[in-house]
Amino acid sequence: MAEPGSAAPRTRLATAGAKATTQAMLRDQPRRDVIRNTAFAGLLLLAVSIALAGLIALLVQAFIKGAPALSTDLITNPPSSIYPEKAGFRTAILGSLELIAGVILFVVPVGVGAAIYLEEYADKTRWWNRMIEVNIQNLAAVPSIIYGILGLAFIVRGPLDLGFILIAGSLTLALLVLPMVIIAAREAIRAVPDSIRQGSLALGATKWQTVRSQVLPASIPGIATGVILAVSRALGETAPLLLVGATVFVTFDPTPFSDYSALPVQIFNYAVQPQDEFQALAAAGIILMLVVLLAMNSFAIWLRNRYEQRW
Amino acid sequence: MEATGIGATEPAGGPPRRLQAPGRRYGEKAIQGLLAACGILSVVTTTAIVISLIGPTIGFFEVVPVGDFLFGTEWTPQFEPPSFGVLGIVAGTLNVTLWGMLFASPIGLGSAIYLSEYARPRVRKTIKPVLEILAGIPTVAIGFFAASFILPEIIQPLWPGEFLGGAVGKPFMALAGGLGIGLMIVPIIASISEDAMSAVPNGLREGAYAMGATKMKVATRVVFPAALSGIVASIVLATSRAVGETMIVLLAAGSTPNFTLNPVEAVQTMTAYIGVTATGDIGTGTLDYKSVFAVGTVLFVLTLAMNLVSISLVRKYREVYE
Amino acid sequence: MTQDESRTGTGREAREAAAERAAIAVRPDEFHHSEAGSGAREKVFELKGIDVRYSGVAAVKGISMDIHRKDVTALIGPSGCGKSTLLRCLNRMNDLIPNAEVQGELLYHGEDLYGPTVDPVQVRKLIGMVFQKPNPFPKSIYDNVAFGPRILGRKDDLDATVEHALRGAALWEEVKDRLEDNAFGLSGGQQQRLCIARCIAVEPDVILMDEPCSALDPISTGKIEDLMIALKDEFSIVIVTHNMQQAARVSDRTAFLMVELDADEQNRWGRLVEYDDTEKIFTNPADQRTEDYVSGKVG
Repeated sequence: MAEPGSAAPRTRLATAGAKATTQAMLRDQPRRDVIRNTAFAGLLLLAVSIALAGLIALLVQAFIKGAPALSTDLITNPPSSIYPEKAGFRTAILGSLELIAGVILFVVPVGVGAAIYLEEYADKTRWWNRMIEVNIQNLAAVPSIIYGILGLAFIVRGPLDLGFILIAGSLTLALLVLPMVIIAAREAIRAVPDSIRQGSLALGATKWQTVRSQVLPASIPGIATGVILAVSRALGETAPLLLVGATVFVTFDPTPFSDYSALPVQIFNYAVQPQDEFQALAAAGIILMLVVLLAMNSFAIWLRNRYEQRW
Repeated sequence: MEATGIGATEPAGGPPRRLQAPGRRYGEKAIQGLLAACGILSVVTTTAIVISLIGPTIGFFEVVPVGDFLFGTEWTPQFEPPSFGVLGIVAGTLNVTLWGMLFASPIGLGSAIYLSEYARPRVRKTIKPVLEILAGIPTVAIGFFAASFILPEIIQPLWPGEFLGGAVGKPFMALAGGLGIGLMIVPIIASISEDAMSAVPNGLREGAYAMGATKMKVATRVVFPAALSGIVASIVLATSRAVGETMIVLLAAGSTPNFTLNPVEAVQTMTAYIGVTATGDIGTGTLDYKSVFAVGTVLFVLTLAMNLVSISLVRKYREVYE
Repeated sequence: MTQDESRTGTGREAREAAAERAAIAVRPDEFHHSEAGSGAREKVFELKGIDVRYSGVAAVKGISMDIHRKDVTALIGPSGCGKSTLLRCLNRMNDLIPNAEVQGELLYHGEDLYGPTVDPVQVRKLIGMVFQKPNPFPKSIYDNVAFGPRILGRKDDLDATVEHALRGAALWEEVKDRLEDNAFGLSGGQQQRLCIARCIAVEPDVILMDEPCSALDPISTGKIEDLMIALKDEFSIVIVTHNMQQAARVSDRTAFLMVELDADEQNRWGRLVEYDDTEKIFTNPADQRTEDYVSGKVG
């Protein structure tokens, strides 16, 4: 330790040294640094702006193009390939609603069941459980058209041999979004703190009683969010339906066992027609679909934020 | 009071208390089995995909030699005699994916860095849901946008004259499909990369700031490398999505097999071929039918490889920081 | 024999035993354990050489002790000494941790708690548990308490059961007008008493408490300590605490556990050092290490 008398000069010396070092570091072309920093921040902002601009342009363009065709006829009239002024989406909308109902009926119990199994029962040190996990993650990223091939070879023909009926489309879409539901439900179940499970088990509840009465009720908001997002994905999905028989122009109201069409498929069919009237119909259909999807997604996001900080 | 022997004790006047289960709890076991069956269904799905692809693919190769399929560049199934050189449509996929990735990577990564390092919490809270909405737009809507807006209103006016054959008067081009796909995958890259960057511990950032690093240096030299495996995962997954996308390319890039990387040519991708060929009226035993499955196999194998890489990369960064 | 008699007896005997032992060096595997005078009292648990391992690594080793009916038995010791681990053996909560194994003999009213026919779910109905952090279910106050009786199929007079349990946990007066409110709206101390009420409603034989006051303020802690003393008329209570004053205030008997290291200090596990009447542990412990701990010299 320095003597009291020599402390002041020494401190001063040390400060001066530190100052010099700092300046040397900072002098390293400070102006260029400032410019580069600003430019970099500007580029980042530009990137975000382009993404947002793309979304806004898509919405605005659909609205401008579709405005002339917007009327209640859109919902009440069946499609037509000849008379665009009378054509609508009635049967396609009904088809989509029935498809979605089937998806929900299938995907909620199976998806939640799989999620419960993986989170609550599966021993994660076992290779087969890890394999199921990786498998689900992979399935979530398999191209949707591959599900179309699966539906064509396994559900429409092959083992199930249902033919080109609405239920076949529904099952295909359900398999497509099942991984999404499982992944979301697992996250929701994992978010329930372990102390709740322990509290229940310590009262002498069995595992299933604990899951059914405590874990599941507590994770319902998260599961519901995942299901809504999955269903909205299924609602907008087109490619696999092309393969499993969502046929072009269905003029009658579909039943689960009849030919069917779906809203996005009908949009596609109008979109490939060159006439402006059909283009407008496609755009109007897109508006219709986006309104429904935005409402669903906003509800899901609201639901998630509403119940997020519960613990 | 003494303990009353094995299995039954009598506390405070209550009934004998047993440590044994009252029944065998078959219900519990049945439920566990049922739940396991739900989990196994996903494996069944994968198996079913593989089985449904393999059979017709083998049938296809009984007619078309594997070498001709894998290395041929002419994809003309409707000609007589037909030619099944898959590179003719793999090129289409590559062409579209390339432009999509070139567009989406900088935009997605830029957005991720902005959201994770620059944006104030309130801004982030607004922008993230908007990006999620973009991720939820059906591809048929993006395809329509690409074909009826990006192509005529952006590419054609901006394209430099006759460069690469010129853009005027073309109803389909790979670039339009590519940009549409780019718009689709921006949210994927942005959200996965942002997750990875947010997972980088603050200590690393603070350490760099303490040494006098600028915000840009922290973002590019500290956070970016630390989050690299997650970022690469997002790019790989986005590529897999781009390769597997059908509707956007059908609407904007066309259905003309074309062995080229020229962005202003119409092309056919693997997915587009499957989409236009395997519609309801195709005969089960025909060569066309089988060719759909052969192409599907190529598509499945390609995307599977990318998905597995991406999954293992995501695991890696989760292991490091969680 | 009354409790008082047994206690004096135990104390004297232990002191004599301690005097004997003081002559020889204290080995790590040795512990001071007074059983004198307690032979006639009913034992809830008899632990004989209990080892607990997680993935093969020992957490506690060689624990032998008897826990008596309608006593409050406290487990004290520094953190990491395995007292919670030991507590969780008693109602087989350790079963829930993968790779946890319990060795040795653990008798509950004379019956092997880890016997092949024993059902852990049934065990936990008889041996309830209150946790360190209050963990009410995200439901109404009423449903929290009613959950146990419901899963047991005791649905008659559920209202009376709930009231009885809440009264037992000294919570009834505070919540009787808002039974349908969410339990998360209660204060921390109220939540913990709710968890005790939830446990009482199942009418267990034993209540295990794992540092039940460590997350609470002093006033709430006081209420729960009073509650424990009241509850021992009806239940046997085993409590883990790192608060020595708390052990001294509420418990009849106290077990002191310590961390033991192996030669190269790679592994650590808990070891029972001394187990005796609380009064004796805190006034005249037989083991120097206990004395050092309770007098605040270490730990």
